[in-house]
Amino acid sequence: MSFGADNVTVAGRLDGVSLNCRRGMITAICGPNGAGKSTLLSVIAGLVRPDSGQAVMGGRPLTAVSLAQRSQWIGYLPQMPEVAWDVSVEVLISLGRLPWRGAPATETQAAIEDAIAAMDLQDLRHRPVSTLSGGERARALMARVLATQPGWLLADEPFASLDLAHGLALMQRLRQQARSGKGVVLVLHDLATAMNHADQVLVLAKGRVEAEGPPEMALSREVVSRVWNCPAHWLGEPGERALSIGAPAPLAVDFRQQF
Amino acid sequence: MNLRFVLLLALALVVAVPFSLLAGRVWINPFSPELQNASVILVQLRLPRAVLALVLGAGLGAAGAAMQGYLRNPLADPGLFGIAPGAALGAVLSFWTGYASAPWMLPLFALIGAGGAMTLLALIAGRGGGVALFTLAGLMVSSLAGALMSLAISLTPSPFAMSEIVTWMMGSLADRSWREVWIATPLTVTGLGVLFYAGRDLDAMTLGEMAARSLGVEPLRLQALMILGVGLIVGSGVAVAGIIGFVGLMVPHLVRPMTDRKPSSLLVPSAVAGALLLLFADCLCRILPLAGGELRLGIALSLLGAPFFLRLLLRMRRGMVA
Repeated sequence: MSFGADNVTVAGRLDGVSLNCRRGMITAICGPNGAGKSTLLSVIAGLVRPDSGQAVMGGRPLTAVSLAQRSQWIGYLPQMPEVAWDVSVEVLISLGRLPWRGAPATETQAAIEDAIAAMDLQDLRHRPVSTLSGGERARALMARVLATQPGWLLADEPFASLDLAHGLALMQRLRQQARSGKGVVLVLHDLATAMNHADQVLVLAKGRVEAEGPPEMALSREVVSRVWNCPAHWLGEPGERALSIGAPAPLAVDFRQQF
Repeated sequence: MNLRFVLLLALALVVAVPFSLLAGRVWINPFSPELQNASVILVQLRLPRAVLALVLGAGLGAAGAAMQGYLRNPLADPGLFGIAPGAALGAVLSFWTGYASAPWMLPLFALIGAGGAMTLLALIAGRGGGVALFTLAGLMVSSLAGALMSLAISLTPSPFAMSEIVTWMMGSLADRSWREVWIATPLTVTGLGVLFYAGRDLDAMTLGEMAARSLGVEPLRLQALMILGVGLIVGSGVAVAGIIGFVGLMVPHLVRPMTDRKPSSLLVPSAVAGALLLLFADCLCRILPLAGGELRLGIALSLLGAPFFLRLLLRMRRGMVA
């Protein structure tokens, strides 16, 4: 196992969960509220120590990896990111370079420029964070994580406040990161995003694994209906799926029964 | 911008120091040195006082900036950890036991008090390294030391001791000698070094505790650095000058808009500006005519600090929080 969780239990939140993330892939963690998604993400980020089981990186227990190395390898975006001081976007992004103490200044600057370009922040780089809109702020915070240039990108609901275009741009950027051999792990609330863009999906409910595998399988109509406790079915073709929630229209049912 | 700002502050300091040496109850005119003991006044009275103002001011300014960065709160102040009340308790006990009259004993007692408060803080805050618990532990230590101090004052054997304690608690640099400079300087400089060393971790704290940890901050290590750095500065400051408030709260606010607002970028400007503020306040104490002695430094700073606080509150009310 290269990265993930091995039979992890956190009292009251996770119950024997294993997750095997792969490089080059986007892994989505889905589940209803209170399923333990964020807890699982912070366990594999090494921020919450499980009561039993362990987080794993590169085949070793995460606890055996030094904190400095971990911080260079794992970029983590919390669900409700905080920025305590009204720094500029550029300064905020530069905080992502903190794990690389002693790196050459040119390398640091290049990483910051890359992150700014990736999140389309050129025009905002000198703006104080307090003057940004919700979506602009989310992009700046994501750029902070990208600036670390970690091997594993962990983000808790990164699309929550992004508009369509920027959400899509972020997804393309994450896909690009995965293609370049990095691992991407996302907690996703929106099942259609997971269905269309993830390579593998882990479905959690009440701290237990309900399903895992390729999205068409792990997020099948049966799983969604059972775990989220509402009748749902997928519309469209693979890769362009949309979720229809609620009972299938009576007309359609009648129509099918007639033939 | 940061460098230019620091240079500007340093320049102001270079100008202010000689002026501060000339100002006082007896004004010294450098161009007509007819005053007989001018050199004694300068070297034995005013120079140590100026050096002490610079050292303590620099320490308190930087400690305030570090505390605000660590607690992610613009209203934090170096006094929050309860180290100052701990040191003050030590000092009060030295008055109480009568040892204060012996040389070195008052600062020694105060430093022991500060060390006790630091140890207690580290023990209570425990192994988690969480900031909220730590702040509460500081408040607890603070109120415990405050209560014991009041107890000691209320039980003082003589009214003289009580009046000495009360005057001392107001904070002052009057009649301080080179001895106090030698006590405070190495400790404060060490404390400053510790805080500068913690600068990167403080920057990471800008993103909150979880994100800071993901950036490689070890909460317990940072906590220990904060206790040590702030403790050395505040402890040695109280030991030689009594309680001096407001510098650590005010200075980081004044300099923050001139920097990029990262906690580490605030440390040096806050140190220089703190030195400048304390030097200015101390001169003010010397110059202001006051029957029966000079204005106490702690009082002068509180008088300066209250309107500043009011301005801050009014700005907050208008929704322009720094």
